[in-house]
Amino acid sequence: MSEQKIRVLIAKPGLDGHDRGAKVVARALRDAGMEVIYTGLRQTPEMIAEAALQEDVDVVGLSILSGAHMALVPRVLELLKANGQERVKVFLGGIVPDEDVPLLLKMGVIGIYGPGTLSDTYVNDIRKAVMATNA
Amino acid sequence: MTEIALAQGVLAGDRLALARTLSQVENGTAEGKSALSELFPYTGKAHLVGVTGASGTGKSSLVNQLALYYRQPAKGASMSAERASGPPKKAEPRRIAIVAVDPTSPFTGGAILGDRIRMRDLAGDPGVFIRSMATRGSLGGIASATAAVVQVLDAAGYDLILIETVGAGQSEVDIARLAHTTIVVEAPGLGDDIQAIKAGILEIADVLVVNKADLPGVENTERALRGSLNLAHPLPHRFMHHGKLEMVPGQPITPDASETLWVPPILRTVALDGTGIPKLAEAIANHRTHLDATGGWEQRERGRLQTELDLLLQNTLVEGFRARLPAGAYEQVLEDMQERRISPFQAVEKLVDGAGAVQ
Repeated sequence: MSEQKIRVLIAKPGLDGHDRGAKVVARALRDAGMEVIYTGLRQTPEMIAEAALQEDVDVVGLSILSGAHMALVPRVLELLKANGQERVKVFLGGIVPDEDVPLLLKMGVIGIYGPGTLSDTYVNDIRKAVMATNA
Repeated sequence: MTEIALAQGVLAGDRLALARTLSQVENGTAEGKSALSELFPYTGKAHLVGVTGASGTGKSSLVNQLALYYRQPAKGASMSAERASGPPKKAEPRRIAIVAVDPTSPFTGGAILGDRIRMRDLAGDPGVFIRSMATRGSLGGIASATAAVVQVLDAAGYDLILIETVGAGQSEVDIARLAHTTIVVEAPGLGDDIQAIKAGILEIADVLVVNKADLPGVENTERALRGSLNLAHPLPHRFMHHGKLEMVPGQPITPDASETLWVPPILRTVALDGTGIPKLAEAIANHRTHLDATGGWEQRERGRLQTELDLLLQNTLVEGFRARLPAGAYEQVLEDMQERRISPFQAVEKLVDGAGAVQ
């Protein structure tokens, strides 16, 4: 069977234990026909980059509600790049203050989706971003 | 990266090349196929161990503990409540690959692959490579590309490859055709003794594990499994009946039979704390020794390659056949069937004869 699936890693870096949002996003991406690798709570950036490498994912979704996004996100991006996976798209969910959004987008994050985001929004963004790289 | 570079990268131990090759192989691309052809001569060395059983019996946790034990025998043993009588230190495999399969949604084609959640202890160990796979429509408990993915990991030099199936019920037995050693994981409280004598998954076990052995009911589960096994592999059996000692002789043991017969051991484990893991690793090693001694290794190898050849042959022939069919012939026959004008047998005859005429 020859088919191309979008593979997404959903991870929760850092120490907050609220994974409802991450699970909802994982489920929505599954329903959009993607293969979602769910890694669970309390992942270090190193664990996330390693899993992204082994699973050869197209996209990494990070859920952060601890406020540590300005430390964790750059580290994940850096490690992905160090592994030769600069083509991997990173998106963010959770609680991110408005003033950090432009900074994160500038670092290369493709989207930041807080509470209340419609699942169509990030599903479409992810599809577009992956298609743009593979084209 | 070209396919030559991919295969060379896999052989050189480049993890990114390995991961990409696995994707190409899983997607069945031309690059994947040619990489596989290049890697095939380097395969056939790894010990393939299948882990199957119903959902929630603890397969992922067990795989995690096993890999942990193989990587750090000392730590694994100290973590468990019991100590191995003497793990074979020299024969410890060095590098472990894990292929974890979870089901694809039949409606959307999407999947949640959640086996890594239980394998976080293995993160950061460069001697372990974990890959999650979705079944992508395959119903036998593994994906149709799992065999090929395993071959790539074998060529990459992983000595022991643990293949975890989807939560398997009774008939997902494809793993037995792929693995050298099949571990069937049960847990207390999942069914009565009739479940244990049904055909299917229990028959493929080389090692039976009763996980969650700290839960009540573990004796009943073990007794049911042992009873079922005794029917398949009768052993001399003594028991008290109306106060008299009775004995049922086992099957006639010829000098050969005692060497060639493998009776699946039944082991208790608690995957959460590692209890019983050294014994399980020992049973896996024993089974390997048994396969080597009896020629079972070559036999399984041959059976596996034959299954793969047959599948590829079928797919290729069907694909080629459908490509040669005149446009609309297939749809026409399907419609005739739906209108009950022709039977499925007649439909096949019509298509095959039709294609013959075209050639």
